[in-house]
Amino acid sequence: MSTPLSGPGSATQTPGREPVGSRLPRSRDDAPITVTGLAGKVLLLGLTAGVAVWAAFPLIAAGLWVGLALLAAATAGLFYLYLTRRHIPAKYLVPGTLFLIAFQVFPVLYTASTAFTNFGDGHRGSKDDAIVAIESSSVTQVPGSAEYALSIATTGDPATGALVFLVTDPGTGAVSVGDTDGLRRLDPADVTVAAGGRVTAADGYTVLSVGQASSRSKEITDLVVPTPGGALRSSGLSRAYEGTAVRAYDAGCDCVRDTETGQTWTADDEAGAFVAADGERLTQGWKVNVGLANFTRVLTDENISGPFLSSLLWNFAFAIGSTGGTFLLGMLIALVLHAPRMRGTNLYRVVLVLPYAMPSFAMLLAWRDMFNADFGLINSLLGVNVDWFGHPWTARFAVILVQLWLGYPYMFLVATGALQAIPRELTEATSVDGASPWQSFRAVTLPLLLVALSPLLISSFAFNFNNFNAIYLTTEGAPFPADNPANGATDLLITYTYRLAFGGQGAQFGFAAAISLFIFAIVAVVSAVSFRRTRKQEEVYA
Amino acid sequence: MLHRNRTLNRIGRRRTRWLAEVGWRHLVALLGVLFSLFPIVFVLSAALNPLGTLSTTDLVPTGGVSLGNFGGLFERTAFGRWFLNSLLIAGLASFASVFLSALAAYAFSRMRFRGRRVGLLSLLLIQMFPQFLAIVAIYLIFGAITDLWPSIGFNTPWGLLLLYLGGALGVNTWLMKGFFDTLPRELDESATVDGASHAQVYFRIMLPLVAPILAVAGLLAFIGTINEFLMANVFLTSTDSKTLAVGMYGLLEGNERNNNFGIFAAGTLLTAIPTVLVFQFLQRYIVSGLTSGAVKG
Repeated sequence: MSTPLSGPGSATQTPGREPVGSRLPRSRDDAPITVTGLAGKVLLLGLTAGVAVWAAFPLIAAGLWVGLALLAAATAGLFYLYLTRRHIPAKYLVPGTLFLIAFQVFPVLYTASTAFTNFGDGHRGSKDDAIVAIESSSVTQVPGSAEYALSIATTGDPATGALVFLVTDPGTGAVSVGDTDGLRRLDPADVTVAAGGRVTAADGYTVLSVGQASSRSKEITDLVVPTPGGALRSSGLSRAYEGTAVRAYDAGCDCVRDTETGQTWTADDEAGAFVAADGERLTQGWKVNVGLANFTRVLTDENISGPFLSSLLWNFAFAIGSTGGTFLLGMLIALVLHAPRMRGTNLYRVVLVLPYAMPSFAMLLAWRDMFNADFGLINSLLGVNVDWFGHPWTARFAVILVQLWLGYPYMFLVATGALQAIPRELTEATSVDGASPWQSFRAVTLPLLLVALSPLLISSFAFNFNNFNAIYLTTEGAPFPADNPANGATDLLITYTYRLAFGGQGAQFGFAAAISLFIFAIVAVVSAVSFRRTRKQEEVYA
Repeated sequence: MLHRNRTLNRIGRRRTRWLAEVGWRHLVALLGVLFSLFPIVFVLSAALNPLGTLSTTDLVPTGGVSLGNFGGLFERTAFGRWFLNSLLIAGLASFASVFLSALAAYAFSRMRFRGRRVGLLSLLLIQMFPQFLAIVAIYLIFGAITDLWPSIGFNTPWGLLLLYLGGALGVNTWLMKGFFDTLPRELDESATVDGASHAQVYFRIMLPLVAPILAVAGLLAFIGTINEFLMANVFLTSTDSKTLAVGMYGLLEGNERNNNFGIFAAGTLLTAIPTVLVFQFLQRYIVSGLTSGAVKG
């Protein structure tokens, strides 16, 4: 034990308190084991083991053996790493790296692979999933369909939990619960059935009130419960019918046939969809690899490439404008306050940096309303009546002005710091040599400032290039041209991507992922080039 | 008389000199202050406006002053809940991410090992790919996670927290490595000679020395997480799980925009109070931290 001088309770050892010369200097390999260190290690490894066991059960239940193997390997690796005395750098790097791999590197790789598929609404699952979806959505009520009394219930929160149907068979009075997996009989002892056959309570389920149910009526209409003879669908909020599927898959022709009209849609394995002879596609398709189609679509599809290029140009203008504008204004005010005879600079500073400390998401929303055309502050202060977000150029001006407000205090702060680091003798020497203040600023102060601030300028540019909040919380991309509701005048590529993936017009995950990769390539090239340039600049000035 | 004239002249000359050297600086600074303040004054006025609508709000509260909006904020919305969620997520995320990146920064600064240069360079590269560009993939991955482990899936603070930690290494490691580099090596070398283990050197010697910077990095990470909207918006859809950014965005959605403006402004002020205070307190460190820590690759 290495704590000979202190009592057993104190495991700490002040470096340097050890009797000098009593022992030879030790190498790292036999560094002391302290009680706190040991306890911490046992606790953390125990926690790791606990988390691993907790995470393992769902993997086993779902039969995901690859995931389970990965989990076991990772846990074993962690135990090895922190029990051995070797690999000291790894002990410090692995915790952060694990998160980095799981939640940043892996998603990036996954993005890359998604970009080569048609993944999105209508192309989510496998071909079998698509067939099931097509068949069950074609269920219609035919004469003689059985009718059931229906209650809508959930196992979770009434507003968001997964919905189930509680139905009572009119013939037998048996109560069943149904969801997308099918119908299951419930024990009569667990349910309360009202006179009309409707279930009013069931153990383990929350029956929705009429109000709760009607606010989720779309989900209820969409819920299809497969049954042996067809499927159950709701008709209204209190009745369900068992209908038969009109469209059925025929493995012989690899097609879907409509039994009423006789029309067929043949599977197209390249497009991942069932296509009729006249080119009509069924909405439910499946996920297939489309190769480079998403990338070429960005470049060649005229409806996309035009707006994409103009967005790209605006994206650069926005990033340069925001970064440059905040830098100029911040530096100007820092220079103004940086004078030996200037009083009250601290007071000014406290007020000037307020925008930086305010919650930016909220202030962006407040600015949006200040630009409101009908009763916004800007219009009423200036006494004008401008529809700021209704015209491309006023909207662009507005978002850059907002960025200027949000960002210049940061530049002011860092420029102040950098100015204080420049020795006054340098500027004084130039004025002795007869240079005007402007000349000495150009020749001495500005280059030194740029050397200190250019890494920050680059990262600020990279940040603004993808400044999602700045656009989404103010203009949301508006104004949109009449013929293209997907790509507005102030849209950055990132807000455009977000709309493609999560917007109301149907998710296009594959295409959105391809655009993400484009953005990454652009940002990476710009950053790499500018880092090289800064390096050169430093060699010149520093 | 002559004497008096001369004095007046001198005062006059001094005044012109003052105007030329200092006066105009105050003028520019005051303009800057006006620019900084007027949106904040507008929000303040909206928060105190008893009518609480955007259409009745002006730069100064002309229609009287009331605290009704603050009451309405807590009565009509889950603001308290959002505030707690935001504090929990941002607090834990910034603490953990600063801890993780400080660990890595220590290793990169003090140890020499195979892959060190490659590691530093790849951090720089990965940092260029903002995590939210992969939002589509993250959404799909967490869809699977929600099925397997609902307690760390969508609508939970824990899933979002894990996600934020994915970006932990990139953000601050370089900044902190710069600081560790400025600490004299003799400190930890002599401690090692005296028999301290690497963990003791790290926790007892290095961490206390960089504590001010940890605080600043933590504050900046905290502000960043509080303001994070995109991923939180995808992750948190149920009212009780929302953060301030997602919840308050919802206040101004659709037709309620005009009517909710007062309570929204009240919420903005409440959100700002803790950060503004801490920010003003740490300002000096932030200035020196950002400029000296901006290490170049």
